[in-house]
Amino acid sequence: MLWAEGVRHSFGAVPALEDVTFTLPAGHTLALFGPNGAGKTTLLKVLAGLIRPRAGRAGVAGGRGAIGWIGHQSLLYGQLTVRENLRFWGALYRVRPEVRESRLATLAGRLDLGPFLDRRVATLSRGQGQRAAVARALIHDPTVLLLDEPFTGLDRVAASELSELVRGFAGAGDGRATILVTHNVDEGTDLATDIGILKAGRLVELAPRGTRTAREVGERYRRAVS
Amino acid sequence: MGGLLRDAWVLARKDLALEVRTRTGIVSAVVFTALVLTVFNFGRDPTAVAVIDLAPSILWVTFTFAGVLSLNRAFQLELENQALEGLLVSPIDRRSLYLGKLCANLVFLLLVEAVGLPMFALFFNVAVLKVLLPLAGLIVLATVGFVAVGTLLSALVIRVRFAELMLPVLLLPFLIPPLIGAVQVTARLFSGRPLSEVVGWLKLLLAYDIVFVSLATLLFPATVDE
Repeated sequence: MLWAEGVRHSFGAVPALEDVTFTLPAGHTLALFGPNGAGKTTLLKVLAGLIRPRAGRAGVAGGRGAIGWIGHQSLLYGQLTVRENLRFWGALYRVRPEVRESRLATLAGRLDLGPFLDRRVATLSRGQGQRAAVARALIHDPTVLLLDEPFTGLDRVAASELSELVRGFAGAGDGRATILVTHNVDEGTDLATDIGILKAGRLVELAPRGTRTAREVGERYRRAVS
Repeated sequence: MGGLLRDAWVLARKDLALEVRTRTGIVSAVVFTALVLTVFNFGRDPTAVAVIDLAPSILWVTFTFAGVLSLNRAFQLELENQALEGLLVSPIDRRSLYLGKLCANLVFLLLVEAVGLPMFALFFNVAVLKVLLPLAGLIVLATVGFVAVGTLLSALVIRVRFAELMLPVLLLPFLIPPLIGAVQVTARLFSGRPLSEVVGWLKLLLAYDIVFVSLATLLFPATVDE
């Protein structure tokens, strides 16, 4: 579903990724931990096609159109309403208008966007904005969800809601895969089926389901960072 | 090709909707145009040089400055909430992003020029109405080339510090050929000379448009990829 094969990248003389190789099958959720500057966001960007690596290959089954991207910013236009934003992103992903409207209504219901669907994004709270960002990422019904530190700045309630949404996405069908980059070890280990740790651009740990419990690796990382 | 243009239109429509919603860009550019014309009007000695000799240069210098101001905001819109990242993850062809921006910038700048032209006629007492049709054609012809180069360069400087300063420094040298052509043709129009005298300049403007729209469309993907 997602793969990286010998991926290397650097920013000038500073190495960002060193020979990263892994595959993530459908139905799995990988939580990726690592200290600041470890290369987590760079790896996500390589997978999403935002960065062309200096060496190696990486990709997602179905290409860019299969990806739902959630960052710590909403990627929404502040002066447009949530509805206008969702229509715009749906059109960009070539979702047919009638499907777009029906999906918009479904997402509005699931994410409780109704009260602020016709409000400008600039007037929303951080939690509301993040819910709208999730709707934006799901409007084209992606099969792969890439989340880059989505819990940043969210209070406990909003973070818990977001966790439920990610869980809902992962549980919606076996044909889906998720990578979650986060510093929040509790949220990450709760959601993940697999846990990876990046350190100085290297994937130093990867615990796939069945070989070692993901929770063990999570615990070790938790101890390392605390 | 159809998909490319369709995506470009979706993007252009979004940019224009944002402008209609905020009006900050258009109001700033129109006020700026009025101020530049005022400065030129009071900063010249009418007894030293005839208005008809100065007017073409004043018109095009004013449009150039207003254009640089307008182009600065083209990609600034995409920095809000990192929307540019979302656009680059989406499956659209990078070239449609350029063509969408080109289209929106063109509409925006032509609107500014449409408001600026009557102000120019008022300030400098030039009989614009007598040559309105060929002058409008000339403005469109020169503006297409201007916006083609400006849109590419505004994408190039978007991640650079002092982008507002870098854009004119990079852009103005490229604008010298069309600016000379536009001033020459305008001077002939204002002095009632036949268009057959400036066919060479019109051909140059047309060639400039074709070359730079094609070249910029091809080069644009390299400017936005990390």
